[in-house]
Amino acid sequence: MGKQYEMVIGLEVHVELATKTKIFCGCSTEFGGAPNTHTCPVCTGMPGSLPVLNKQVVEYALAVGLATNCSINQYCKFDRKNYFYPDNPQNYQISQLYLPICHDGWVEIETAAGKKKIGIHEIHMEEDAGKLVHDEWADCSLVDYNRSGVPLIEIVSEPDMRSADEVIAYLEKLRLIIQYLGASDCKLQEGSMRADVNLSVRETGAMEFGIRTEMKNLNSFKAIARAIEGERARQIELLEDGKKVIQETRRWDDNKESSHAMRSKEDAKDYRYFPDPDLVPIKISDEWIARVREQQPELQTEKLCRYQTEYHLPRYDAEILTSSKHLADVFEAAVKLSQQPKEVSNWLMTDTMRLLKERGQEPEDITFDPVNLANLIGLVDKKIINRTVAREVFEQIFENNVDPVQYVEEKGLKVVSDEGALRGAIAEILAKNPQSVADYKAGKQKAMGFVVGQTMRAMKGKADPAVVNELVKTLLENA
Amino acid sequence: MNILELTAVELGRKIKKREIGVMEATEAALAQIKALEKELNCYVTVDEEGARRQAAKVQDKIDSGMLTGPLAGVPMAVKDNICLAGLPTTCSSQILKNFVPSYTAEAVKNLIQAGAVILGKTNMDEFAMGSTTETSAFGETKNPWNPAHVPGGSSGGSCAAVASGECFYALGSDTGGSIRQPSSFCGVTGIKPTYGTVSRYGLVAYGSSLDQIGPVARNVADCAAILEVIASYDKKDSTSIRREDCDFTSALAEDVRGMRIGIPRDYLGEGLDEEVKTAVLAAAKELADKGAIVEEFDLSLVEYAIPAYYVIASAEASSNLSRFDGVKYGYRSQSYEGLHSMYKKSRSEGFGAEVKRRIMLGSFVLSSGYYDAYYLKALRTKALIKQAFDKAFAQYDVILGPAAPSTAPRLGESLKDPLKMYLGDIYTIAVNLAGLPAMSVPCGRDSKGLPIGLQLIGDCFKEKSIIRAGYAYESGRRYGLPELARKTAEQEVR
Repeated sequence: MGKQYEMVIGLEVHVELATKTKIFCGCSTEFGGAPNTHTCPVCTGMPGSLPVLNKQVVEYALAVGLATNCSINQYCKFDRKNYFYPDNPQNYQISQLYLPICHDGWVEIETAAGKKKIGIHEIHMEEDAGKLVHDEWADCSLVDYNRSGVPLIEIVSEPDMRSADEVIAYLEKLRLIIQYLGASDCKLQEGSMRADVNLSVRETGAMEFGIRTEMKNLNSFKAIARAIEGERARQIELLEDGKKVIQETRRWDDNKESSHAMRSKEDAKDYRYFPDPDLVPIKISDEWIARVREQQPELQTEKLCRYQTEYHLPRYDAEILTSSKHLADVFEAAVKLSQQPKEVSNWLMTDTMRLLKERGQEPEDITFDPVNLANLIGLVDKKIINRTVAREVFEQIFENNVDPVQYVEEKGLKVVSDEGALRGAIAEILAKNPQSVADYKAGKQKAMGFVVGQTMRAMKGKADPAVVNELVKTLLENA
Repeated sequence: MNILELTAVELGRKIKKREIGVMEATEAALAQIKALEKELNCYVTVDEEGARRQAAKVQDKIDSGMLTGPLAGVPMAVKDNICLAGLPTTCSSQILKNFVPSYTAEAVKNLIQAGAVILGKTNMDEFAMGSTTETSAFGETKNPWNPAHVPGGSSGGSCAAVASGECFYALGSDTGGSIRQPSSFCGVTGIKPTYGTVSRYGLVAYGSSLDQIGPVARNVADCAAILEVIASYDKKDSTSIRREDCDFTSALAEDVRGMRIGIPRDYLGEGLDEEVKTAVLAAAKELADKGAIVEEFDLSLVEYAIPAYYVIASAEASSNLSRFDGVKYGYRSQSYEGLHSMYKKSRSEGFGAEVKRRIMLGSFVLSSGYYDAYYLKALRTKALIKQAFDKAFAQYDVILGPAAPSTAPRLGESLKDPLKMYLGDIYTIAVNLAGLPAMSVPCGRDSKGLPIGLQLIGDCFKEKSIIRAGYAYESGRRYGLPELARKTAEQEVR
């Protein structure tokens, strides 16, 4: 029996804030855009330009700090982190080292192992860098400064996590809190949420931490989980072989499912941090904190409770619906219009989830107008269409955001309730399928299902199944 | 009297009265530039066409009554570390030789709005680092009173240009004495305002927490009028201060009765030239004769100002100047291999020796393990110096002393011994550390005929106190042009 090991994991999470303008100038933060179109002398580091803090950044950072139970540094400052790289136009990044805005908070996570508090060491504000574009063809590198100066917060956790499950639960939790606050959309793929994993292993029960490595380039929750398992195995193997883990930064390659060293502690840079003399200290008053606290929207945990009590949804449904702020918003809007929480929940939990999954999409990618879902529910409710047709129409709503009332009208999808027409259709089917009639008479109930199916098909699904059932039964018995 | 001997406000008045045309004044200054530049080298860029265009435009606006201010139509010059859209801003450095900003400094914008005609950009010590204007990559500026001597620095080009009639006034910048010391050496008047009074937007930063733009002119009245125009709250500069008391010309009253003036004994001790000391004390006596209460006191901590300053200014400079890397603008080395080599070569070739010295010093004091011992200690010293001034200003309205320990040294003398050059800033530097306003006013000449400057220091936001004291001392004194400038000025009249 070999030694037992446990992992010790801490996370550094960068989140791009949802401000309209950059942190130190008035340029747009909009994603995309032709290179260097969202720039000005400030965010391209031109000589003589000066940064001016966007107050909204402080508001968002405060909101996240308060929602994660942090203490607030009511007197905080920006510092310069000096290093040379072309994506960094001034060759220093404006960040916070000595007095970050928030510190000493926690969030509660829940995994199969139960509930647990994960400590937050600090949250600080900083600016994002530009993007280097390497043109292999022309053998040169170009820089796009559109992203330079986009506001970020960095959330540094305590080394409190012990498994990949806990890491994912912690990230999910942070994402939910920040999305609900409206502070960021937190999309890992688009880079608006990025996580670096600090990981070490030690023998279970040991008090001392092992030597840790930092893993970068993790673009999805799945990649994070794989990277953690990979790094854990790598470090344990080193220790088992009597080798040492080297403190270093490693880059994860999710395609190869392996990592390689980027730089070791020996060539760690000296960033020569010092307070930025171009910015004045930020003073955060008690009133300001109180106002941000007051304006805090309903968070996921609160919504989860309310959905169960107010809408009488099962906990499982409520969990799914609140797992994305956008999904919860769609749900609430549709409920408000239709007054049918259970129906709305069903459409979202089943058809919507299925369609998202088929397309490899996330709830954030839902684009239809909740009013169309509410109207669809109305059509079913008033028996203007049947469920089969409704599912067809819903696909159109999901895909193209069609107006269901208009769509049903145009395509002629209304339920056929003309009994005469139905009788005619059934009689024709029975005439063509004498075997079914015989089977039914012989006591085989299945035969009736076949006839109903054939009738629905003949009616192109537009018949009311209850009516059809009734008629088929009568006609079979009288056949 | 020749046009070039007029002060800025006098010229403005004559322009207003239609006694002198804006174009006439502009041409006179341009002719003086042409006549003297070979000898003095005050400018990095002269914009003849732009100045004439602006002169015509300003004259139209004066004629139509749109421009009525005291400086409308007066030709002036801007130190080459202050941006003006469309003209090169070089900071007298090879690394910015081809840099043309697309934006204009707030202070310059304010002047343009007031009808300034900008003649060009003046020479300086490279990135304002130096006390002689000899570290310029484009040749040193010479002192118009004696071209074998330096004009002081770093705003040497601005001060020499004002002294020689190559402009009627100029903008300088002052991080550790860069307006006051060359004003003293060139026999002109210059003010370093309270930190935050003039927007730093568009001023290429040297030591951000110390830098201020200020006026250089022929006398106190001019400086007050210029400062009144350039002082403004600017939301583009986070360190800009909203002030309601920027009517500096209202302090131009010849009345110092009851004004309490303190002379720090620490400013009169070892290292001070006897002739300078005599002239400064004579000026103090004159103010006392006019009713001021003048006495000596101990300011203390003076010897700590220089080390604290060179730590803080160099630390900020090492970071501020890191943006000059050859990537986006400015000089890039012709031959390099990869990114690291491009940085290294561009910066090694683009910066001069003094700038490199301060970048290295600044990088050192910020590096891990030294930050507390140097940078934090310097910040604490800065706070103590501010306290010493606070104590002094509880007693006095104005602190009086020399602007520099000596008159202008000969060319080439200072750079041989940088430490000695740094010590020359001893009377000016503490003012920047404490964020105070201060002014240099001419107070005579030494036996070699070189000007001596009197420094008047006020408490924060008390520019009016030093303006009042300076104006009372000046009391109708006229400072003629130096010999060499008078000759060329007279030739133009004929």
